[in-house]
Amino acid sequence: MLAAAAAMSSEELLGYARAWAQTAQWKPEAGAKINMLRWKRFVEAEDTAFLKIVDAFQKANNVTINVSNEAYDDVQPKASVAANTGQGLDMVWGLYSLPFLFPSKCTDMTDVADHLAKVNGGWTPSGEAYGKLNGKWIGIPVAATGGLVNYRISAMEKAGHKTFPKDLAGFADLVKAMNKNGAPAGMALGHASGDANGWLHWALWAHGGNLIDKDNKVIINSPETAKALEYVKGLYENFVPGTASWNDSNNNKAFLADQLFLTVNGISVYVAAKKDAPKIAEDMNHAHLPAGLDGKTRELHLGFPILVYNFTKYPQTCKAFTAFMLEPAQFNPWIEAAQGYLSHFLKAYDANPIWTADPKNTPYRDVAATAMTPAGLAQMSEGAAAAIADFVVVDMFANYCTGREDLKTAMATAERSTKRIFR
Amino acid sequence: MSTVQASIPARTPSADAVSRWSRVRADRNFIAVWFMLPAAAFLLLFLAYPLGLGVWMSFTDARIGRTGVYIGLENYEWLWDDAIFWLSVFNTLLYTIVASAIKFAIGLYLALLLNRNMPFKAFIRSIVLIPFIVPTVLSAIAFWWIYDSQFSIISWSLTRLGLISHNIDFLGDPNWARASVIIANIWRGVPFVAITLLAGLQTVSPSLYEAATLDGATSWQRFRHITYPLLTPIIAVVMTFSVLFTFTDFQLIWALTRGGPVNATHLMATLSYQRGIISGRLGEGAAIATAMIPFLLAAIAISWFGMQRRKWQQGGNND
Repeated sequence: MLAAAAAMSSEELLGYARAWAQTAQWKPEAGAKINMLRWKRFVEAEDTAFLKIVDAFQKANNVTINVSNEAYDDVQPKASVAANTGQGLDMVWGLYSLPFLFPSKCTDMTDVADHLAKVNGGWTPSGEAYGKLNGKWIGIPVAATGGLVNYRISAMEKAGHKTFPKDLAGFADLVKAMNKNGAPAGMALGHASGDANGWLHWALWAHGGNLIDKDNKVIINSPETAKALEYVKGLYENFVPGTASWNDSNNNKAFLADQLFLTVNGISVYVAAKKDAPKIAEDMNHAHLPAGLDGKTRELHLGFPILVYNFTKYPQTCKAFTAFMLEPAQFNPWIEAAQGYLSHFLKAYDANPIWTADPKNTPYRDVAATAMTPAGLAQMSEGAAAAIADFVVVDMFANYCTGREDLKTAMATAERSTKRIFR
Repeated sequence: MSTVQASIPARTPSADAVSRWSRVRADRNFIAVWFMLPAAAFLLLFLAYPLGLGVWMSFTDARIGRTGVYIGLENYEWLWDDAIFWLSVFNTLLYTIVASAIKFAIGLYLALLLNRNMPFKAFIRSIVLIPFIVPTVLSAIAFWWIYDSQFSIISWSLTRLGLISHNIDFLGDPNWARASVIIANIWRGVPFVAITLLAGLQTVSPSLYEAATLDGATSWQRFRHITYPLLTPIIAVVMTFSVLFTFTDFQLIWALTRGGPVNATHLMATLSYQRGIISGRLGEGAAIATAMIPFLLAAIAISWFGMQRRKWQQGGNND
């Protein structure tokens, strides 16, 4: 089935799409014209595979889907403006917790989510957490870019670690030793929506710290957070200089230029290295961030949810397309085309060959298993979406690490901002 | 006869009405109102309405997708105690004052140079405009590379020259970052000041300089007593615009630093966008934007009164 799907030609795909349309529970409105906004691809092959899906769906259902692309930092403002004005777009394929920024403007997608769960072996708990608000699905989490450790094997071994450390102390020791050897690590502390949010939330959670408890009570000002701040400061002092200004692309550039030897990122560094710097590709590997003090690994990855606005004239078409896209026949070739850059939330796709074809890809298969939402202990909500978009946690760490604020002030500042958001 | 007599009183009121209508029609003020209506409607629709809406929003707790409820001054009270907001006010003032002053100095100097006779005058003058023509985001990306923490050409050159041993952390250190964005803004803003002042310089009659030279004035005296006073109105206009552009700058900061590191380069405009659009809290974002208005009015007032001080502009003698 997988091989067959991957090898499907356009005509075969169209035939499949027609057959699918016959049996699908959503019947696209006649002559529907949909405006869809998506994040701009990182990997060209992924976009090509996506457009193939769009094309087959359009032809089989006699509808039009206009896809526009935006750099991923610009998707959210545009989607927000559309939500606020009630026009311009029908659906958005955005990032992070986009649907939670304006849940009242999202169509209920529960029927689509239930159907996909039935066909694809069910949702992982993180997938449900990313899609559901108060028992109702407000978005469909299509995939996530895993933020995992990218490291150079030789630099790690030289620093005295044969395998990648599995606990916090080992990880801190590795970062310190690598810096001493002149092969430093570095993770973003600037306003990098993917990278900085990812690893700093890991650090907070690993020490038992949380922005809010399960009832949305603000608990950031705590001894656990203090421990996390001290830990990150210890790492930061051993980083390559400049990480306080890094955005999402700095670490990719530095890693590929032999200036950076460990960072937290998607698989994009590896994909690029395989093409342009095979020596680096051969010498690098991936790992999950070390487990927290309680032995559990919790990571924050960059999710890509699809949402359908409730003011669209064509809800059936939007739903049908979303379901069609995540069917095995479409989704398998698409996720293969993404080369590991995008990990799934639907359990059946663990079996996709992309995860085992190259053992260095395998850690990215389990992204959904370690993923938490930005809300941490709580349910994903408008407030949690606002807090992460406002870099509350990132700024708290950056304020303390760069010495702009002391420990207590950094926590108090974050507490004050969060309380306001959750008032 | 009788028919004539009868018809006259019958026609009088209508003739009266016609003449009143034609009088109104011929009235210049009445026509002027009609001619001004499209412009007024345009201003109301595209300037007054959004401004009013923004101010109103700042008194609500609107979030994206939800119209908020009136909460009075709550947003402003919150901002009053918000260290990041005050940091952004400080950054904005620093950015505006330093960048505008330097842009004025360099711009004036450049204008004086360009005003001289030299070969390829037109060509050189048009080259000066290039930084202004290049889209801001494009030049910001170029600066982003120049300031990169690992690949900066400045750090690279200085290292090669043996002057420094570590890369300069241009955008990672708060003070370096402030200096870096100010320099990028100056680079972009100088041509506007230079070319506008140059246009002003060319209106100064050469005979004044000739007369002063004959009287034995030094070049400084010529600048101080001829060029500067005659250029003052242009300077006032240019600096008003320059200050307004700088104060409301957004693109450059957003492309270079997103307000980082640790909010050291957040301007009020970028903070307003960050809180209002990115984080979805429209009310608070609108409050930050509204808080910019008094500063802008003050800047306009200062240059306005600076312009009005010169009596000769109103037909009097400048004493």
